[in-house]
Amino acid sequence: MKIGLFIPCYIDAFFPKTGIATLELLEKLGQDVEYPMDQTCCGQPMANSGCNRDAKETEALFVRNFAKYDMIVAPSGSCVHHIRENFDAIEQTDEVRHVRQNTYELVEFIHDVLRVREFPWAEFPHKVGLHNSCATLRALRTASMSELGEPFFSKPKTLLSAVKGISFATPKRPDECCGFGGTYSVTEEAVSARMGLDKVNDHHNAGAEYIVSADTSCMMHQQGCAERNGVPVRFIHIADILNGARS
Amino acid sequence: MREKPVPHASLAAEFLRDDLHRIFHDERLWGMRQKRDEQMHELPEWQELRQQASRLKEHTLAHLPHYLEQFEQNAKKNGIHVHWARDGAEHNRIVEGILKAHGHSSIIKSKSMITDECEMREYLEPKGITVTETDLGERIQQLDNQLPSHVVVPAVQKLTKDVAKVFAKHYHTDPAIDDPHALAEAQRNAARPVLLSGDTGMTGGNFLVAETGSFVVCTNEGNADLSANLPNLHIATLGIERLVPRMEDLGVFIRLLSRSALGSPITQYTTHFRKPKKGGEMHVILVDNGRSERLGMEDFWSSLKCIRCGACMNTCPVYRRSGGQSYGAVYSGPIGAIIDPTFNAKKFSTLPFASTMNGSCTNVCPVKIDIHDQLYKWRRILAERHEIPFVKKEIMKMAGRLLSQPKLYRLSISGTEVALKTMPRFVLYNYLNPWGKHRELPHPVKETFHSWYKKNRLKKETTAQEGTSS
Repeated sequence: MKIGLFIPCYIDAFFPKTGIATLELLEKLGQDVEYPMDQTCCGQPMANSGCNRDAKETEALFVRNFAKYDMIVAPSGSCVHHIRENFDAIEQTDEVRHVRQNTYELVEFIHDVLRVREFPWAEFPHKVGLHNSCATLRALRTASMSELGEPFFSKPKTLLSAVKGISFATPKRPDECCGFGGTYSVTEEAVSARMGLDKVNDHHNAGAEYIVSADTSCMMHQQGCAERNGVPVRFIHIADILNGARS
Repeated sequence: MREKPVPHASLAAEFLRDDLHRIFHDERLWGMRQKRDEQMHELPEWQELRQQASRLKEHTLAHLPHYLEQFEQNAKKNGIHVHWARDGAEHNRIVEGILKAHGHSSIIKSKSMITDECEMREYLEPKGITVTETDLGERIQQLDNQLPSHVVVPAVQKLTKDVAKVFAKHYHTDPAIDDPHALAEAQRNAARPVLLSGDTGMTGGNFLVAETGSFVVCTNEGNADLSANLPNLHIATLGIERLVPRMEDLGVFIRLLSRSALGSPITQYTTHFRKPKKGGEMHVILVDNGRSERLGMEDFWSSLKCIRCGACMNTCPVYRRSGGQSYGAVYSGPIGAIIDPTFNAKKFSTLPFASTMNGSCTNVCPVKIDIHDQLYKWRRILAERHEIPFVKKEIMKMAGRLLSQPKLYRLSISGTEVALKTMPRFVLYNYLNPWGKHRELPHPVKETFHSWYKKNRLKKETTAQEGTSS
């Protein structure tokens, strides 16, 4: 099985360490991974703004880059959600369908496809607050949501629980959106930033040293809010922890 | 004149400036969401109820003409006068006509969203007909000349001190006394004489039952029963989508409504109106006002399933932090953002963008309206109709071009200090500027993942390949 690694634009540009951790982790888990060099973006920014037509060429490029792989893995719930649910600016050929059906978010790939539950190299002696992005929570369904009153499950927590020394903080509103929302973060910056600050305060007040998430975009926004307001909480992607980062 | 879009972002920013209002509003509504959750946990069949409610509404909407005619027939048999209003203006003329025929000039009215939708007060008041709201929250909003902020708790954006000010102005009470009991008493004292002297009672209604020709009004304050029963003339206005086929279907909705809305098992009063009281007269006005047209919209017809519980508002993190007034519409919050553009796509073009697309609304909705998917669909439609800001459209066009050309894209974010210094040229300028107002930018890094991979992996691969081939 050949895996195409999709590293979304903001991880590529601002959080390359998370991209490296994702690659190394997949390799540690015995996967044959390749990063196609001509990749850019999945087209979500345009599509989310209503400008779906402007996403057409970007989607076509994405398919040209990734169609040859059996599976595509990305450390970003929001991008994977876009590819799976909304990637329809281009004609839906067999190739496009193949790409859409075989793109996985990192946590669900490890949890559901590889079914790995042990990370003997991982140790993270910190109290973490787990932030599930709305895309992973309510679209990819990697965790139970409070709205439905369903039995508790959490794929990211299941994976993280295997990490030595880790403990979890319990925020008051674990499922509340952090307010990033893509272009929303700038078109409605006041509400967005308020939500972000409320989110980081909730985690901080619950005793979290770190906020950990499968979505870097949420954390980029939350980190911006925390730093501006002096909330002493740090941020780390789940890939970094599972790959063995200690801090 | 071209109508300006509601400036939701700046109105919301304004609302956020005062900490007292901001915190109260968020916590009050979040409290309602939590109570709703508790009620949901009490009922193991909750998801089944939602499914049933959704199916019943879908069935009814699919056979709307049939059930409407059935309702009309049965209501007439019960002695109810049934009127049909194509739009708000026609509705208001019908009300005016009924009052004129009786020589009446004052209406005591319980809360109804649809009369606000029809702008009834605005139409009747200049004609010398007084309309007095008897629901406490709605009355506060009426006195303050504001639209309802929320479909269930219309004045939820106000603190008691705000109410004290409004009452002081209109009821001449002490503006310094903001004790809720004293305020409620002031309203009671002001409302009683009006209730006793009003010659026409008006209510909205939550459900029309086709098989019985009756309608149901769910309230908590008892004011609707007073408004309906004290005068001899009762006019009820309901949207044509309020129908359920049978009496037994009601159970599903009554069980869901107040649990979803306030987190109480049932409203204090669930009143069934079937025929006029002895010597009295009862009218039902069935209002279309764009509903038939919406029923024909492939993407948006299911918004007609809405039972106006407000659960989507209570759970919406954006609504809780924006306040209902920021939507500039009769219907605010997520449900407002998908139905308001059907009334006026220009004016309400900003509302489908007042969302992070988090999807919480869809999952609390008791009738399973796919609210956040509809927000997404509205965005596309509005962009295609050029109802989004020109700058945004241009930036998206540029982004689309750049992101589809790997070489150009790499060039634009290349250089060592990466993105932050160069990426701003294409995105950060004008459009992304607001990022930094309340947030720090991400930290610059030495190299992108792309260049790391090229250095650390591609070279190795090439070497490895060379190694094997030689």
